[in-house]
Amino acid sequence: MPRVRVVAPGAMPERPFPEAAREALDDSQLRRNLGHATKTIRDKRAKVVAELPDWEQLRETGAEIKDRALLTLDHQLERLEESVTAAGGIVHWARDGGEANEIVTGLVRDAGADEVVKVKSIATDEIGLNEALGAAGIAAVETDLAELIIQLAGDVQSHILVPAIHLNRAEIRDVFVRELGVEDVADDPPALAEVARRHLRRKFLEAKVGVSGANFAVAETGTVCVVESEGNGRMCTTLPEVLITVMGIEKLLASWRDLEVMLTLLPRSSTGERMNPYTSLWTGVTEGDGPREFHLVLLDNGRTQALADATGRQALRCIRCSACLNVCPVYSRTGGHSYGSVYPGPIGAILTPQLVGVENAASLPFASSLCGACYEVCPVKIDIPSVLVDLRRQVVDEQRSHRGVRAGLNPERRAMEGLARAFASRRGYETLQRAGRLAQRPLAHGRARIGPLPGPLAGWSAARDLPAMPDQTFREWWRARGATG
Amino acid sequence: MRIALFIACFNDTLFPATGRATVALLERLGHEVAFPEEQTCCGQLHFNTGYAREAVPLARRMVDAFEGADAVVCPSASCTGMVRDHYRGLAELAADAGLARAVDDLVPRVHELTELLTGVLSLEDVGAHYPHRVTYHPTCHGLRGLGLRDGPLRLLRAVGGIDLAELPDATECCGFGGTFAVKNPDTSTAMLASKVKAVLDTGAEVVTAADNSCLMQIGGALSRQRSGVRAVHMAEILASTEGVPAT
Repeated sequence: MPRVRVVAPGAMPERPFPEAAREALDDSQLRRNLGHATKTIRDKRAKVVAELPDWEQLRETGAEIKDRALLTLDHQLERLEESVTAAGGIVHWARDGGEANEIVTGLVRDAGADEVVKVKSIATDEIGLNEALGAAGIAAVETDLAELIIQLAGDVQSHILVPAIHLNRAEIRDVFVRELGVEDVADDPPALAEVARRHLRRKFLEAKVGVSGANFAVAETGTVCVVESEGNGRMCTTLPEVLITVMGIEKLLASWRDLEVMLTLLPRSSTGERMNPYTSLWTGVTEGDGPREFHLVLLDNGRTQALADATGRQALRCIRCSACLNVCPVYSRTGGHSYGSVYPGPIGAILTPQLVGVENAASLPFASSLCGACYEVCPVKIDIPSVLVDLRRQVVDEQRSHRGVRAGLNPERRAMEGLARAFASRRGYETLQRAGRLAQRPLAHGRARIGPLPGPLAGWSAARDLPAMPDQTFREWWRARGATG
Repeated sequence: MRIALFIACFNDTLFPATGRATVALLERLGHEVAFPEEQTCCGQLHFNTGYAREAVPLARRMVDAFEGADAVVCPSASCTGMVRDHYRGLAELAADAGLARAVDDLVPRVHELTELLTGVLSLEDVGAHYPHRVTYHPTCHGLRGLGLRDGPLRLLRAVGGIDLAELPDATECCGFGGTFAVKNPDTSTAMLASKVKAVLDTGAEVVTAADNSCLMQIGGALSRQRSGVRAVHMAEILASTEGVPAT
């Protein structure tokens, strides 16, 4: 059965999380694929992290390194521009996705190319670069295996690190048979990888332009770093004549030494490996080796806005390891598409609203039980639950700023404000307790449990009973006890 | 020791047996319990749902209600965490320096019930007797928020007659999350389904925790399914003795 397509690429959710999640939860194939995959990575991560006695100190240092870079970002970005320029690269500044897409499209045209090879880059998915290039008659070929699968399937990624996590190998085989015209391929990983390899090798050798993202960029040296598992990224960054890197400005590190900590934290947190197979580092251009032209596009697209938020800015520390996705009880059941953004899971729930504005992703900060599993594993100690709660406040404050009858009748707001008024005095609180006991009578029918509930509480009572309020509150018992004894 | 009880509004209203058990337990251990009746709600409901503005006056009320108490005990990990971890931020949000000082003064005196028993009073065996097969769910706010770790389990292991069963995937969230269960009922139910399966797999007749909010979620499903498994707050297990068993 074809899966319902729920999102377009980009960071702007098209519909509220609860609605998208409801559909995803019913997809038994997705539930099985995702449940199995997240558990496997989760266990691998736990094992390799436990090997390091100083893991907590590393996390602390990772957070400090990123904070140091972020709090001096204006200065550090200029340093980066100087270093890259001195090494023969060209730096471009893009305020938003539109500007970045225009810059990249212009550079590809200047190179006289109508096809580019791409190494996995979520920043370019965030800005819809492939679509922009396509509109200009330029084909973008994804070369990361999972990204290729997604692209061929006409699907959308659902995980930061494992974009096709929602598909199993039988489904992947079907995509290859359909889109690459291969026959008789088994659904085992080596056979599928071989099909992709044959397809991609030709693309690598033909491509004049490569497009990459960046895991890190060092202001001190002008060095850009891409971390990957397959080696396809290295093909993209070394074979074409022109290399264009699109990088969110928060990826910056101040010093070369900072890489030591980051390259320890990232692979253990992401794939559960001590070290990832390929770490590519390049500084500008080098005569006779690699690309002859290197362009670095620095992308803002809402990041300075996030940086201005004292609580929310810690989301910019993120190194896209996706450990938070794999441990999240919500993500591991609903999958990435439910979040409606290229940034799914707990980190997506705090990053997306900050990038696109809380009013455009108002359901995401509420897509969490605040269980804290994400914070516990985050290698740069992003306190995701605290940011979620602060973003909830911003959503509510934004809704409060709306005038008119509809805003005034918002049932949640009326209930919350009413409860707060009652809780403001002992008398109000105790009156409410007594009123609740009366109000539950038609629901409880004198029993200890309440079944179906009306209105917004119907979702609760669909699967759970509610205990009926006992005849005596604790404080009534306390007072009665004081009176008698 | 004279201990002021911070009951938590949903315990007061929906789970008074937990409050009565807390009083019985502490008195049996030789302490004097006070109940400041001016307390209402700690504001967690409002704060976690985005209504921080409404939570500020509630925090002021709580701080006033417990002013001067030597020790404050709360039979709810999440409400304890609200005071400990978020009152300071509310004071800053409201730019209320007086509240910030009062919070700093209150926080070191506030203890979750099992923290008070194992940490402050250095107890493991509280003289309880509870002859039932029990499994323990370490709630998220207890485990990751307050860092309770094995304290509650040490208390349970020392209970006479208890048959303690280990809960599989115990550290995973039950899916309650306050208004999360109402705003995202389907996802919450999917999480709850896993927790209920884990509880039933233990063969326990009772699931316990240090927080009635999570127990309301887990117990709500166990009740709906007529599973015959009950959710019981730890205070009630620890208060139970051979002479006065839990009801």
